Amino acid sequence: MSLVSEGADYRGPIPASAGVAQAEPSLAEFRDYLALMKPRVMSLVVFTALVGLAVAPVSIHPAIAFTALLCIAVGAGASGALNMWYDADIDARMTRTARRPVPMGRVKPGEALAFGLTLSGFAVVVLGLLVNMLAAALLAFTIFFYVVIYTIGLKRWTSQNIVIGGAAGAFPPMIGWAAATGSLSLEPVLLFLIIFFWTPPHFWALALYRADDYARAGVPMLPVVKGDNATRWQILLHTFLLVPLGVAPWALGYAGRLYGATAVVTGAIMLVLAFQVFGERRPNDRAARNLFAFSILYLFLLFAVLLVERGFGGLIA
Amino acid sequence: MNEQSRDENGIVLTEAQKRARRSRSIAIALALAALVVLFYVITLVKGPGMLVRPF
Repeated sequence: MSLVSEGADYRGPIPASAGVAQAEPSLAEFRDYLALMKPRVMSLVVFTALVGLAVAPVSIHPAIAFTALLCIAVGAGASGALNMWYDADIDARMTRTARRPVPMGRVKPGEALAFGLTLSGFAVVVLGLLVNMLAAALLAFTIFFYVVIYTIGLKRWTSQNIVIGGAAGAFPPMIGWAAATGSLSLEPVLLFLIIFFWTPPHFWALALYRADDYARAGVPMLPVVKGDNATRWQILLHTFLLVPLGVAPWALGYAGRLYGATAVVTGAIMLVLAFQVFGERRPNDRAARNLFAFSILYLFLLFAVLLVERGFGGLIA
Repeated sequence: MNEQSRDENGIVLTEAQKRARRSRSIAIALALAALVVLFYVITLVKGPGMLVRPF
């Protein structure tokens, strides 16, 4: 039985003005709304925001830190819901996303829109009222950037979509830092740049072996528009930019030797994998899959070591 | 035939729709309760600082 067949079956006469299609009771449950918030993306956002918050040079009450992270998590979830509202047509055509709540019909587009807007408002207002205005302003801008600039603007328009759009995913450490200090400095900007330059090789590696999916959905990802070879060049170029940025917190004295060693070793592995992708040709895609998988570990390790060194127990130099 | 109907009493929900509505209602209630607790705790933590606003 389909979800639609479980819906309304009106037996009596219905006035044309009743708007029954819009008023049909929803079958969406709590877990569907949770899925709208992209919990896995949300967990990475919370983790990077936690690092930004923990490495800030001021102490913050745990309850306020928790509130900041909760608002950032809800803001990220709201962005995910608004993304799924706007991209439902694309999601329905891609294997990876076809089972999301809106294309599956479990949540109506209007419900996803209302959910995303409501959560966005709550996240920004509560962060502003209970933590500080700078953090709230940054969160509001991040949601706006992800939904309006990336999802509505760039994603369907340019092959550079994730290069510019990657900024949205790079803001959380800055929001965390701003939540703790009420200001910004070079260090959170460095964390922003690491994620910003990490995003293209990460997503282009995925796009290389999902190019058919993106082409079917009409999303102008780099491999679809410029081809595999241009994408491999760009992956290599951005990895060359990323690796020095990964080492920079240690080189500039913001992080200790453990971080420095981790950044050098994992950065070298990223370069090796990027070179392997550069030399790979279809139908092989093992190198692209390896780079995609390792890039997640790379970012996690950099931020985890920074958290251990600076967040717990001070700088291990 | 589906058990939902529309008559002079309005729309009658199916069991699936009732379950979904109950699930949503519980989630909204828990979220509101959490918000109350959050504001209470942060007010205790910040004290008079809670009233300081830049604008």
